[in-house]
Amino acid sequence: MSNPKIMAYRRENGRVGIRNHVVILPLDDLSNAASENVAHNIKGCKALPHAYGRLQFGKDLELFFRTLIGTGANPNVAAVVVIGIEPEWTNIIVEGIAKTGKPVTGFSIERHGDIKTVEMASWKAKEYVHWASELQKEECDLSEIWVSTKCGESDTTSGLASNPTVGNAFEKLVNMGSTCSFGETSEITGAEDTVKEKAKTPEAAQQFMDFFDRYAAMIDRNKTDDLSGSQPTKGNIVGGLTTIEEKAFGNVQKIGKTINYEGALDKAVTPTGPGLWYMDSSSAAAEAVTLWAAAGFVAHFFPTGQGNIIGNPIEPVIKLTANPRTASDMSEHIDYDCSGILRGNMTLDESGDNLIKLLIHTCEGRLTSQEILGHEEFVLTKLYESA
Amino acid sequence: MVQFLVHEENDNVGVATVDIKSGDVVQGLYMDNQKKIDMTVMHDIPLGHKIALKDIEIDASIIKYGSDIGRVVANIKKGGHVHTQNLKTRRW
Repeated sequence: MSNPKIMAYRRENGRVGIRNHVVILPLDDLSNAASENVAHNIKGCKALPHAYGRLQFGKDLELFFRTLIGTGANPNVAAVVVIGIEPEWTNIIVEGIAKTGKPVTGFSIERHGDIKTVEMASWKAKEYVHWASELQKEECDLSEIWVSTKCGESDTTSGLASNPTVGNAFEKLVNMGSTCSFGETSEITGAEDTVKEKAKTPEAAQQFMDFFDRYAAMIDRNKTDDLSGSQPTKGNIVGGLTTIEEKAFGNVQKIGKTINYEGALDKAVTPTGPGLWYMDSSSAAAEAVTLWAAAGFVAHFFPTGQGNIIGNPIEPVIKLTANPRTASDMSEHIDYDCSGILRGNMTLDESGDNLIKLLIHTCEGRLTSQEILGHEEFVLTKLYESA
Repeated sequence: MVQFLVHEENDNVGVATVDIKSGDVVQGLYMDNQKKIDMTVMHDIPLGHKIALKDIEIDASIIKYGSDIGRVVANIKKGGHVHTQNLKTRRW
């Protein structure tokens, strides 16, 4: 497949975005109110409230900073206002985002109070919205669009058709030089040897197994039963999936048959080159997509069986299903119905092409169902208790 | 139109792509070699649920995608419904 041209936003650091958000990013839970008030005052910007940012430490704090900085640095974001309770950690986020070259300013609430902070931040947000709204799209290559994937509320139709559709599209994208990523570490349980074999190098295979073994040990340490109901979920079981192994072999259909991954990344870590990358993540949809957005991915393929409705505030989530019932009774959530594969009306290759066409439309401005319905789940991954 | 699909030739289960009623005679398709298979179904099988393609005994494996997806915990007859009542994970 050739590498089509698309119109998109080229950012200061050369990366390409398909949305043009001005984000009001709270450092911490305490600063959600001020951030949401700024977004209320200034139309055309978006607050990303979340639950954390206080008294975190160690690896959990590193992941928190990496996620917030990565979110602001994402190429779908034009400019950022950061609001935190105190200036020091606020500045860590500001300086991290500023490395991309995009406009970013921080405000801290201590010694000002909410009202004065909201006023100052609103003026800056207004300036950023004017500036961002004048940016013009440029001609870019489709391969400059970084695409992540995970599935949700899967059923057996996911393994039969919607996940293989993503796999087919990923094969075509990676072969044209795109950067793509998959993860969901717990949900590889049973198919870990298959994923290990798909590494491009022995080093990549070992990196993957280190993440897998750590995650498996965490589950063994904390589990109180065989996880039936959690993984697979109750919805998975209603849809016909019985065991984690069955779910895992369906899951890995998303990475296709002919491509290999370059390396295994820690959560919210940005790939260092094109190709397919594994990223360690939970299998919970909102947490995982938030991590991919923070790693720099600008579009997400989300196959669902029973009908997961997740979205993300900055990384558009393109939802597909092969379950004809879901395509019918939850149609407002579905961007692409590939159930024709199950009826023998469409080949996998045609379906992969259809998904890539939809990606191109999404790059050029088509809003996803999730964007139109306002699904903006911004969910940070927390590794352990705060101090 | 077929009523169930089988991922690979060595699998011992297929997946219903429509709601199937007990006693129905249905046709399935192997996705890897395009061979067709006829089957009398012994239980109601909702869309997406698994059908045994042969008799399968306790402690044997259910094979899907050509791979072991778990341990059989109750004897299964050809044409029977395969799910949580007779199949458990080997992990966790």
